[in-house]
Amino acid sequence: MSLNASATHVERPPATRWRPSTRLLYVATAAACLVALPVLSLAFTALSGEALTVWPHLAANVLPVALWNTALLLAGVALFCGAVGTGAAWLVTQYEFPGRRSLEWLLVLPLALPTYITAYVYVEILGFQGPFQSALRALTGWRSLRDYWFPDPRNLPGAVLILGLVLYPYVYLSVRALFAMQSAALIESARTLGTRRWPLFWRIGLPMARPALAAGLTLALLETLNDIGASEYLGVRSLTISVYTTWINRGSLAGATQIACVMLLVVVGLMVAEARTRGARRFSLPVKRPRPVGRIQLSGTRAWTASIVCFLPALFGAVLPLMYLLGEFWRRDLIAQADATLWRALANTVAISALSAALIVAIGLAIAAALRLGRERALPMLARIASLGYALPGTVLALGLLVPLAAFDNLVADASRALFGASPGLLLLGSGAALVIAYLVRFLTIAVNGVESGYARISPRIDDAARSLGANRHELLHRLHWPLMRPAIAAAALLVFVDCMKELPATLLLRPLNFDTLATLVYGHAARGVFEDGALAALLIVAIGIYPALRLARAGERQPASREN
Amino acid sequence: MTIKTALAATALASCLLAAPALAQSVNLYTTREPALLNPVIEAFTKDTGIKVNAVFLKDGLQQRVQAEGANSPADVMLVVDVGEIQAIADAGITQPVKSALVDKTVPAALRGAGDNWISLTQRARIVVVSKDRVKQDAISYDELADPKWKGKFCIRAGQHPYNNAFFAAYLARNGAEKTETFLKAIKANTARKPGGGDRDVARDILSGQCDIAIINTYYIGLMSKATNEQKGWYDAIRPLKTTFAGGGTHVNVSAAALAKNAPNKDNGVKLIEYMLGEKAQHLYADGNFEYPVNADVKEAAAVKLLGALTPDTTPLSDIAKNRKAASELVDKVGFDN
Repeated sequence: MSLNASATHVERPPATRWRPSTRLLYVATAAACLVALPVLSLAFTALSGEALTVWPHLAANVLPVALWNTALLLAGVALFCGAVGTGAAWLVTQYEFPGRRSLEWLLVLPLALPTYITAYVYVEILGFQGPFQSALRALTGWRSLRDYWFPDPRNLPGAVLILGLVLYPYVYLSVRALFAMQSAALIESARTLGTRRWPLFWRIGLPMARPALAAGLTLALLETLNDIGASEYLGVRSLTISVYTTWINRGSLAGATQIACVMLLVVVGLMVAEARTRGARRFSLPVKRPRPVGRIQLSGTRAWTASIVCFLPALFGAVLPLMYLLGEFWRRDLIAQADATLWRALANTVAISALSAALIVAIGLAIAAALRLGRERALPMLARIASLGYALPGTVLALGLLVPLAAFDNLVADASRALFGASPGLLLLGSGAALVIAYLVRFLTIAVNGVESGYARISPRIDDAARSLGANRHELLHRLHWPLMRPAIAAAALLVFVDCMKELPATLLLRPLNFDTLATLVYGHAARGVFEDGALAALLIVAIGIYPALRLARAGERQPASREN
Repeated sequence: MTIKTALAATALASCLLAAPALAQSVNLYTTREPALLNPVIEAFTKDTGIKVNAVFLKDGLQQRVQAEGANSPADVMLVVDVGEIQAIADAGITQPVKSALVDKTVPAALRGAGDNWISLTQRARIVVVSKDRVKQDAISYDELADPKWKGKFCIRAGQHPYNNAFFAAYLARNGAEKTETFLKAIKANTARKPGGGDRDVARDILSGQCDIAIINTYYIGLMSKATNEQKGWYDAIRPLKTTFAGGGTHVNVSAAALAKNAPNKDNGVKLIEYMLGEKAQHLYADGNFEYPVNADVKEAAAVKLLGALTPDTTPLSDIAKNRKAASELVDKVGFDN
């Protein structure tokens, strides 16, 4: 479970673990095999190619800089996301202040923007003709950049801030869920014992949040590590850029996959290490349904400071980029773009994302249930493998899937031609099925994570109690777990939905003829240097993302309604 | 239960989404952006009645067609870089385009060995300078290394395919040692870290961040047509006649190849022929301010704006061959650091 960095560790295993229904085990095994497929295919490519010829060059000229840049980028994004995500989560769960309810969902919204769009927008907004520099020149009479200095986002610090602004919601969502649900008793005891505000956060809130922080940061950092669009545009020489350069400019796919495989090994190693150091600690769980902590009403300067502090990330992560896109939409009269192509892309996007999200969460649920109920030793390993997909850059993953999927398609086509004299064409790549599989492989870990965090809130002792009252496994799942976990499952589905909707590299490579999504439309414009022309499609992505954001925020909001079991 | 429903839904969606095989159609895999290609595709369908099924890919077009193998639906592959089309031909997934019309229209220098790929348009990579701050009308690429441009030169990432092809051409002409010196010298002249897009250098000239930059010709044309702030970028720059010392201008091509297992081979050839015709060349070349390969096309927009093109004589295949070495040199001198 290390990869999933589950939100909470269970105090002890339930007294009895059933052998899971073989069906659950089969699903978990099949999912693990499916995810292992591209990884094995990549490993095969890496080993089959021109041995290790790329490494002397990499070691001498690339790795020192790329490793250093990647480390700085990851450290920066981790600090930013950790501080902003945890801080905002603490404020909205512990205190009452003006605008808190709106901020709870506004803080999720940046997630709906693809990182490269936010990067383009900031280069424009902060650029020479952007509002800030224009206003500055109007005020001062300066004429060109020779007269003054202005921060340029096209560098490493710029990349840290921009990626951080898009990705902090992963941390915010996961930490907020934990603060909202788990800490009431502890925090209230601490409060009654007179613990002051800051020590409360540092000594109780933060240590308790560690598993959730790790889970959120894992997602944010893997996104950062695998980012290509924003990093390239902002001029960051990361390891993933080296993978691309080796493949595209130096024509060495084998070399590129070798780098990708080494990166994957390092990532897995780090995550296992993190889980180990955390594994020793235990977080006890009340049998009673956890209830949220009562919010303390802030007033005066304190209240407004809290409002502003929470509004800033939402402002820079979502509101400002959205206003820019709306402005471009207006200025360029992009309403003319609202044609059949756009509506078809919209329908495609919603349909394939919804379908994928349903499938992915169903499988995620099966894996989490198998982990909870099963006692097979292989289960944690299977779950770990099933969550590998997120640790690979999207294009690399798609390349890895391409070979086995195409091989399957060719097998079916040839067999069908031999048997029936006609071929259905490429079954998976020719339909949208390859995309659904790619999304499944890539985002399964988000679903497993989400469902596990739901499970973490149900004390295993409840399972024991139900069992001692004669409930069988089926009843346990249907009558106990399902109703208790519905909000967590819905939240996981929505998060996966948004990620599928934004997904670009695998969608570009694996989609069938005449099939566009909103993300590919946006990219079509961005690729020829006029991303503003894609403003309408980008706005639609965000508009569809608003509903999930609202629901994700409310999932934490409604649930607590003190229904104690 | 949920799982079964979801699986059933997947199966259903697969059936619905599966592309129907039409009698008269051609399947196009392209890395050229749809907005630039659509006018030509629509005209082709209107004039011939052949439907074009297209998919816009970025990286990995070659790997996809390779993996799809014998049952690949791809008929025509269209890419925008000579290195890429050469790699596709080298991968053995093309077949010769046998067409008298193509032979007549496209000079041999703009075709791959054995007609395994055919150039459709050309573009040049040239130097632009600040209209106000630089007074000269022509320049050689080598002059970019002159220390007088210290802190004044802007360029996108050295590993971007546009620069990669340019440096490969420089390498093919001058050898590794001279290229390394050249790269170090122009890196030393940069006003900012190499990055951003090609248009950004024009903006950076407007803002005063740099005086001299390198850019693909079609971006100049597109900015000249712009109605937004990019018109201001265009007004700030002046394109220079740019050549290698004692040679021509560095040119790259967009090119098409016929897939080895093309199921609609005849229609594929028709599409390539159509794209070389005067009408399509006007639509395709002018829409994106590229230089047509069909010599009969007069008054091309790019020529009107920037004057006639004198391409560098380095064979395109030599440029393609030198890409790897050029890319390694860029890393070696830390160009993008």
